[in-house]
Amino acid sequence: MSENLGRPLIEVKDLKQYFNINTGVFKTRPLKAVDGVSFSINKGETLGLVGESGCGKTTVGRTILHLYKPTGGEIWYNGKKIDNRDSIKEFRTKATMVFQDPYSSLNPRMTVSDIIGEPLDVHKMYSSKQERQERILELMRHVGLNSEHASRYAHEFSGGQRQRIGIARALAVNPDFIVCDEPVSALDVSIQAQVINIFDELQEQMGLTYLFIAHDLLVVRHISDRIAVMYLGHVVELAEASEIYDHPLHPYSRSLMSAVPVPDPKVARANKRIVLTGDIPSPLNAPSGCTFRTRCPYATDQCAEAVPEFKEVSQGHFVACHRVGQIN
Amino acid sequence: MALLEVRDLHTSFFTDAGEVRAVNGVSFNLEHGKVLGIVGESGSGKSVTAYSIMQILASTGKIVSGSIKLDGEELVGAGEKVMKTVRGNKVSIIFQDPMTSLNPTYTVGHQLIEAITLHTNRNKKQAKERAIEMLRLVNINEPEKRMKQYPFEFSGGMRQRIMIAMSLACEPDILIADEPTTALDVTIQAQILELMKSLQEELGMAIIMITHDLGVVAQMCDEVIVMYAGSICEQGTADEIFYSPKHEYTKGLMRSIPSVDTAGKKLQPITGTPIDLLNMPEGCPFAPRCDAAMKICIKSRCPRMEINSDHAASCWMNVKDGLDDGSIKIEDVNIAEGGEAS
Repeated sequence: MSENLGRPLIEVKDLKQYFNINTGVFKTRPLKAVDGVSFSINKGETLGLVGESGCGKTTVGRTILHLYKPTGGEIWYNGKKIDNRDSIKEFRTKATMVFQDPYSSLNPRMTVSDIIGEPLDVHKMYSSKQERQERILELMRHVGLNSEHASRYAHEFSGGQRQRIGIARALAVNPDFIVCDEPVSALDVSIQAQVINIFDELQEQMGLTYLFIAHDLLVVRHISDRIAVMYLGHVVELAEASEIYDHPLHPYSRSLMSAVPVPDPKVARANKRIVLTGDIPSPLNAPSGCTFRTRCPYATDQCAEAVPEFKEVSQGHFVACHRVGQIN
Repeated sequence: MALLEVRDLHTSFFTDAGEVRAVNGVSFNLEHGKVLGIVGESGSGKSVTAYSIMQILASTGKIVSGSIKLDGEELVGAGEKVMKTVRGNKVSIIFQDPMTSLNPTYTVGHQLIEAITLHTNRNKKQAKERAIEMLRLVNINEPEKRMKQYPFEFSGGMRQRIMIAMSLACEPDILIADEPTTALDVTIQAQILELMKSLQEELGMAIIMITHDLGVVAQMCDEVIVMYAGSICEQGTADEIFYSPKHEYTKGLMRSIPSVDTAGKKLQPITGTPIDLLNMPEGCPFAPRCDAAMKICIKSRCPRMEINSDHAASCWMNVKDGLDDGSIKIEDVNIAEGGEAS
């Protein structure tokens, strides 16, 4: 649906992020947290990024915002490459982030209005104190907070309200693009739906573009237009949300989709889960070739030798698997 | 006779700010070999209910009143000596976070053997054999080698499997699993749930599954208790709860979960925030957040009402018609409070 909305707002090309890990005195080894990830996000679109802990999904989000300096690859915003100091600074007034933990991501010594006003201070986005205050109150209204909350501290709020504060802060600089890093994982089910609706409404009102990182696949499916599945630093499959749920092609996506606990007893009992054996390998000793081959029931010798190419198999459906088409 | 009978349990924490009634009149039965799910959001009292059964409450917590009978034997007020024979032997518990529930300074083998020798008459050698057998049962490869390793050498899913091995080593009648998969990834969660289900069928124990994830409940449980603010608002078989919920809170929960049908649509969240347990209202604790709340909901709490033999709920909405035309009077139901009204 979003394919028609013109050119991509965010383009990520062969993004790499390695962290050097000390393995001995004077010895380091690269931990390949993100290893050659490419995708683009169109204006007004939500791209969901799913995968298990340690697969690099959070690192992708942070690297796009240059919170880490990328080891390799390119990030393009609105047709402009983001690589030097000025472009990064400008980019950060257009791209912000909402964090997972609403408890540790808000400074306990700052009032709500200071928290929301800080990005305005940093980017000098007001001419008078009154303008700043008005902007803060406007932002609070947007996310459903009352103006009398402005002088309170973060600890006085519940998890859902704190996440609203975090969203208001992300909106302060009038961004086009927000990286949402597991924004609802720490919330109770009844509160989670409130926050998801805020994201939906803001997107409608302001035409925002989201990279929505989460491990809860029901939430991701609800909010995303397209979904990318990551495993051990690689995107293994990317397609429209309904396509990836109904016709996953990569064996990892298949087991991931079948592992989702469906809140419906009859479906859950009938559901044939594809339970993977073993655990996700350490990214320090990632397997050669296809990184998923150690847990893949269909792996062959070829999978150990060559890294599978990330290719388009049908309109808008990308997958990185040697055996795609051969397995059912 | 039910394996476990909990009757009108009240557990409170006595804090500086006042008495927090974490569990407020909870009653249920658990039969042999059944899986009972307790769902609710944080602060609803689901974990405190489990800790009350085990009597492992924090020092400020106390069972104020009620009865917990295990195989007909009363546990409330039974004393530490009796409880020591219960914990681990008859009832064991797995906690949410497998990292903090294992001691990082001892090997996994040491901790398994300690648990086994403490609860059974096995000597150290027999305990070791049993420990290896248990690790094999929960699908840990090379158990002999793994016994000598420390918890940090295991992944989260493996640690949780070790906790399961430890809690099952003494063949308990009841396994309490307190959010056993919340800290784990979905594919690992699927492994652990599958393992628990197969062990339950093999060993025939009963499981109390505490979780906030309705998906896990749907997959695992025969019966479900829905808790809100320390009380049971609804209980019944899984099918009854999921397909014909009879409490406004349960209905709200079901509506607020994203599903295949909600893609591209607005979710219907429950408005407001959970209640402050220090200032409990007189009426239904859910009334301040309930869209359907009536006058009576604010004035008085609805007693447990049987919907059918598999299903009970505490919601005035179920007798709305009777209340409206005056055929049911509040006085009539209030007399039966605490018991069962119809």
